[in-house]
Amino acid sequence: MRQTLAEKILSRASGAPARPGQFIEAAPDWTFLIDTSVRVILGHLAKIGLDKLPYPERVAVFYDHYAPADNVANATDHRNGRDFARHQGITRFYDVGTGISHQVVAEKGLVQPGQLAFNTDSHTTTLGGLSCFGTGLGAAEMAYVWATGRIWLRVPQTIRVVLKGQLRPLVDCKDVMLTLLGKLSSRAAIYRAVEFHGDAIQHLPMASRLTLCNMTTEMGAKVAFVPFDNVTQEHYRNLGIDVDGSLGQPDDGATYEKTVELDLGEVVPSVACPHTVDNVRPAQDVKAVPIHQAFLGTCTNGRLEDLRAAAKVMKGRTVAAGVRMIVTPASRDVFNAAMKEGIIADLSDSGCVITTPGCGACCGVHMGLLGDSEVCISSGSRNFLGRMGNPTSSVYVASPATVAASAVVGHVIDPRMLV
Amino acid sequence: MKVSGPALIVGDDINTDVIYPSKYLAVSDRAEQALHAFEGLGADWPAKVKAHPVLIAGWNFGCGSSREQGATAVLAAGVKLVVARSFSRIYMRNCINNGLAVVESDDLVSAAEPDGIVEADLVAGRAKVANRIIRFEPLPQHLIDIIHDGGLLARLKKG
Ligand code: SF4
Repeated sequence: MRQTLAEKILSRASGAPARPGQFIEAAPDWTFLIDTSVRVILGHLAKIGLDKLPYPERVAVFYDHYAPADNVANATDHRNGRDFARHQGITRFYDVGTGISHQVVAEKGLVQPGQLAFNTDSHTTTLGGLSCFGTGLGAAEMAYVWATGRIWLRVPQTIRVVLKGQLRPLVDCKDVMLTLLGKLSSRAAIYRAVEFHGDAIQHLPMASRLTLCNMTTEMGAKVAFVPFDNVTQEHYRNLGIDVDGSLGQPDDGATYEKTVELDLGEVVPSVACPHTVDNVRPAQDVKAVPIHQAFLGTCTNGRLEDLRAAAKVMKGRTVAAGVRMIVTPASRDVFNAAMKEGIIADLSDSGCVITTPGCGACCGVHMGLLGDSEVCISSGSRNFLGRMGNPTSSVYVASPATVAASAVVGHVIDPRMLV
Repeated sequence: MKVSGPALIVGDDINTDVIYPSKYLAVSDRAEQALHAFEGLGADWPAKVKAHPVLIAGWNFGCGSSREQGATAVLAAGVKLVVARSFSRIYMRNCINNGLAVVESDDLVSAAEPDGIVEADLVAGRAKVANRIIRFEPLPQHLIDIIHDGGLLARLKKG
């Protein structure tokens, strides 16, 4: 049987050939927890009376959603989580300032191609950039996996997305995903795996691949992959980690539910307008919507390449009067690299506020919240009603270049109009 | 497993930021969580949810964040069954794994009327709405067992 990568990985993890639609039981290689799940999972563990985790070496904990803590309840939560990790012997503990879980996992080479990883966060599909099966879970289920080392799963059908051609200047993979969302809708991949193929892939660096896979969550995907190739190999070589690439590749001739093609040369800077991620329009068609906040960061677009793209657009320009621009590097490594390159200084010179690495303003729990009826343009993944903490505000989702250009002019704009 | 009660109808693409706004993430007490169920749709919604044991939703119900409170708040408010044309996968898992019954059925959603009584037999895959019988694909038995036992952890504890 020739298998897609999702089928192949689930076959290995369950010990039997996995076919789409089948329910299987699998043993995950990794289970990750984010800070917002700490109090919930500790409650569950207390209820089932699990005092010692049988597999602490398969666990990592990340403080990213409210880091540093913004109130006493969250600070106490953080403290309880630290005590818990120490008690359990969880050595992979990434405290305040390390960065967003998905980014840190990629940077540290925590997961490897072909592995099965779960995180109590919906954007775990990001790990598909590393040819790893990553997906999100709720806390009750994570407690169960921690207790038993097992999980029930339905084997997903796989959609093949074939990317051809080359991106034009000031267009990036965020625009690619927004274009696909606009065409296919936010329900296009519910309970499906997505595999990215095509000639264009070989030219896409790891950062772009992580963005592609990250945004498939907004299509409802369970998991997404860029199959292992030279770029993946290079990523692990730079980390000094030996990996078996064949584990991160689907079989030739695997069966796909359907194939979607996109010519990257046709993609233009795009914007998801309030309040759904598939309400997508070319940036040039969004008529000068005034903005109050611009936000550059997140697991979708808070990487070095993203900060660089924004700094390039903003070089020699400043944030418009009445607008604040918040820049939150996805991780400490991103922050440090951006500092060395002078990007942080450039962004600060342009009037941006630089914050602690982490999720920052993305989900409206921690900082950078919006006032009544304010408008934000964000490089994040979601523009749901109330996403940034206020149901009367609106969020537009766009690429780093579009966010930066909009911050400079004070309204939503196609970045190509600036140069 | 049988469930019945009056239906509350919501639309498509209802996300977890709406079902359980992020400002209440620090609330651990489920009874208190229930007071904010669907508050993202308006201040009167938690009371509406409380008065309706059956929730009927459109496409892509529960999309967005993995927050479990999206399921537990609804459950604590007294909802016994969520029917949708389709579910976001994490939300669906959170329901099952916390003991809240789910049915995915386009036909059942189309047939349901606001405040109309829905009587569903989850094992038989059959529901009665407005004097019509609607059939749906039941969940696999092992998932029904999880729901019946009150969730994955309750089942684990039972041994
Ligand atoms: S950056 Fe935003 S989307 Fe990513 S994990 Fe954090 S809150 Fe979620």
